[in-house]
Amino acid sequence: MRRRDFIYLSGLGAGSAMIANSAFGKSIYQEQLLTTIDIRAKKELADVALNTAKAKGASYADIRIGRYLNQAIVTRETRVLNVANSESFGVGIRVLADGCWGFAAGNTVTKEGVAKIAERAVAVAKANAKLGSKPVQLAPQKGFGEVSWKTPIEKNAFEVPIKEKIDLLLTANGEAIKLGANFVNSTIFSINEQKYFASTDGSYIDQDIHRLYPNFQVTKIDRDLGAFETRAALSSPVGMGYEYLTPSESEKVQGVVTRYKNRYDMIEDIKNATKNATEKVAAKSVEPGKYDLVLDPSHLWLTIHESVAHPTELDRVLGYEANYAGTSFLSLEKLKSGNFHFGSKNMNIVADKLQAGSLGAVGYDDEGVKCGKWDLVKDGVLVNFQAIRDQAHMIGLDHSQGCCYAQSWDDVQFQRMPNVSLQPGKEKLSVDDMIKNVEKGIYIVGNGSFSIDQQRYNFQFGGQLFYEIKNGKIVGMLNDVAYQATNQEFWNSLTAVCDQSDYRLGGAFNDGKGQPSQSNAVSHGSSTARFNGVNVINTKRKIG
Amino acid sequence: MPIYSKEEAQALLKKVLSYSKADECEVSLRGNDGGNIRTALNAVSTAGDISTVGLAVSSVFGKKTGTATINEFDDASLEKVVRRSEELAQLAPENPETMPMLGPQKFEDSIQYNAKTAAMTPESRAEMIGKAFDVTKAANLQAAGFLENTTRFTAVMNSKGLFAYDKSTDVIYSVTTRNAAGTVSGYAARGFTDVSKLDTASATKIASQKALSSANAKAIEPGKYTVILEPVAGVYMLENMFRFDARSAEEGRSFLSKKGGGTRLGEKLMDEKVNIYSDPFNTELPGPTWSNEGQRLERTDWIKEGVVKNLSYSRYWAQKKGVQPVPGPSNIIMDGGTTSLEEMIKSTERGILVSRLWYIRMVDPQSLLLTGLTRDGTFYIENGKIMFPVKNFRFNESPVIMLNNVEALGKPERTISVESYRSYLIPPMKIRDFTFTSLSDAV
Repeated sequence: MRRRDFIYLSGLGAGSAMIANSAFGKSIYQEQLLTTIDIRAKKELADVALNTAKAKGASYADIRIGRYLNQAIVTRETRVLNVANSESFGVGIRVLADGCWGFAAGNTVTKEGVAKIAERAVAVAKANAKLGSKPVQLAPQKGFGEVSWKTPIEKNAFEVPIKEKIDLLLTANGEAIKLGANFVNSTIFSINEQKYFASTDGSYIDQDIHRLYPNFQVTKIDRDLGAFETRAALSSPVGMGYEYLTPSESEKVQGVVTRYKNRYDMIEDIKNATKNATEKVAAKSVEPGKYDLVLDPSHLWLTIHESVAHPTELDRVLGYEANYAGTSFLSLEKLKSGNFHFGSKNMNIVADKLQAGSLGAVGYDDEGVKCGKWDLVKDGVLVNFQAIRDQAHMIGLDHSQGCCYAQSWDDVQFQRMPNVSLQPGKEKLSVDDMIKNVEKGIYIVGNGSFSIDQQRYNFQFGGQLFYEIKNGKIVGMLNDVAYQATNQEFWNSLTAVCDQSDYRLGGAFNDGKGQPSQSNAVSHGSSTARFNGVNVINTKRKIG
Repeated sequence: MPIYSKEEAQALLKKVLSYSKADECEVSLRGNDGGNIRTALNAVSTAGDISTVGLAVSSVFGKKTGTATINEFDDASLEKVVRRSEELAQLAPENPETMPMLGPQKFEDSIQYNAKTAAMTPESRAEMIGKAFDVTKAANLQAAGFLENTTRFTAVMNSKGLFAYDKSTDVIYSVTTRNAAGTVSGYAARGFTDVSKLDTASATKIASQKALSSANAKAIEPGKYTVILEPVAGVYMLENMFRFDARSAEEGRSFLSKKGGGTRLGEKLMDEKVNIYSDPFNTELPGPTWSNEGQRLERTDWIKEGVVKNLSYSRYWAQKKGVQPVPGPSNIIMDGGTTSLEEMIKSTERGILVSRLWYIRMVDPQSLLLTGLTRDGTFYIENGKIMFPVKNFRFNESPVIMLNNVEALGKPERTISVESYRSYLIPPMKIRDFTFTSLSDAV
């Protein structure tokens, strides 16, 4: 779902909502979700496109034949608001002609149709080449021939009967209502990207990618006070099948509130959420000041995403995102120096396109590069960026790092972040032990509001749950908490990271970037981490 | 053929409806045709040309609804998609919020379409971008920008006799100008129905002037300041407020909820200079003439002289509450005043001129507290003069509080939101006591 679809403006763009589920593409019948397109037919179409592009003057061409399946089940209290099965199927062709990129897309997936799209892509490239830009320089990429990759799922979410999913959501809503929730909605989003990529390098790559995102929001209203508070699910969007929704005691992280690893218990979480929302209405408003923050992975993933993963995107560093998402405080010079201290020595950040269960896991990226793993920050020092084929030479690489992605067949592929994660501490350290050593602190669970400037210096984050720590003990719940910091200062205040046993993934299901804006799904892992002396503000305001 | 005429669409929809056996059936057809160029470092980075068309059929049996879509338009495929939607409806759970479809309605044709915009090509887009590059190269700056044109149509017909058709065009252009060292930055954004109103060179000149004026920005203390928000800055702040939804207000989970129950409809929430309304026939910002629910759209006041004048009621919620339905905003126009930007600066003893805001997110939905930052041209004003550029600020402020603190308004301008790309008609605003909470070193 694109960011612009998230901006809710009732009635604006009239007509768009008359086509049900328009944000996802066309709606389709359930049985169609389980069919696939014949791979031989895709190869034939790909060859037509690549040959047409070459005949029209392209020096390089790639084609993505995409079939994107989505299912959204949306409930509210006792009602099913929407069950949307949708499919988006079509072709995007990217070419290099006269040294310039051109792209065209359409949903006429016939030999004649793709030939016309290829011609349009070449025409776009040639029109833009007249502006006289520096020719694109592509890192070499060997062809892989015919290969395939699939998300290692145990249970295809599209094979699970809709009734079973509705039952789960309505049962969850029912538990919230029983415990006094005034409002509850719950959703399960399932995504299957069937992507076929072919290029003039000689690759024909077929991939079958699955993602799942269960979520809910519980609201407790105190009409007398004129106050309301909400708690969202502590689930994570995952690169897994429906098995994620099979509760398992061994995957639960017990503490002041239960959190989850590779399996999620929605019923248990919604019961806790309802209690938490009620507690939040009555919780003490935070006293602003400096606190030591203990950040749970369900919260920290978003801070990593905004303050580390985005600034290490090479396109931002170079200025390609300057008009929209911004640039970066990092630079080629800082990387080349080899001694740019991003954070304390506890900061070890790894990029990994293959991480099991992650949202960004794929075998090959959207320009036919085999994916891998590499260090971004080692012992606090910046050691690498994230690059694609036309950028690799700018940081002295002879190969792409496989960071190219397009949200759909009708979007051009460009540089997107891989899974970027904070590595756990090497010494044994539990969350309880970490909290025991904090005199004045706040333990934050779950992600809330988030905002960061266009060079990724100044940020502000909220959360779902805030617990006050005094002299090594959690003493109660706080409200109206947000922390503000500058990037390097914050990461230099990282004093401890719990060990591997606490490591968990969080993730962004719809990370927006680019123009036209596109979404990317990506995970970020960490163990619970401690940051000393961070500035906390109080966000309580009154209107009218 | 992604763009159908009214007659072509009507003929196709009639044929599809003739296959229906459901209690009620609605058919929608829509298409998009357009292209874009994205630039960075005075060069094209990506460019595309995209066309799509699709048809959707919704069938209803009682309170059960099913929808299926297709993009093949031969008779067999059209009948198949109708049968599919009927099968889905029979399988679907009952939705108590399903409302009967509306019968025939009278809609005036919208004024959102412009043939020149619809005729844009990769060449004409490249030419417009070339003019922008001429400006930045002459100023020794680098342009990162985005130009996109879209032509779209939507048509809907139902078995109760409703038919509606709409065709529209849009072109948007935005540009950020920076120097090679990355020490200055300026921004401009434009959006029009008619491409002949878009002058990429003049917009880029304004962005370049901003950039050149922003060199050597000084740090000043955060705190409460009088701010002058240029329209592109103000609109991004206000966009987060345009949710005049009665249901969430009555349910007690909106900034428009009243303590003790009910809504704040009829209450004066903002300064009396504030008038916010929708009007499909505004020539600067035309909008659609019919709503998602097939209702006629007319001028609707949302805030009048600071008072909450209307909340939007869906047909379901209106029936439940025993009131008339009110379709949500079709477009958003905020009345202005007569104060020019220069006069606003001249009358400011101590304040900040804000060119653009960035990364605005909701902190507290109850007070509509938002956080975000200034960007691409922030200037300190003292004794009626711009004194020097300042480093960017993070703010924590509510648009409701902000519109209570209006000192002066200028002439409304069509502008686009930097994130949603929607167009609005918004004046420059002078606001007192705007809360900046920290500084940012970002350029």
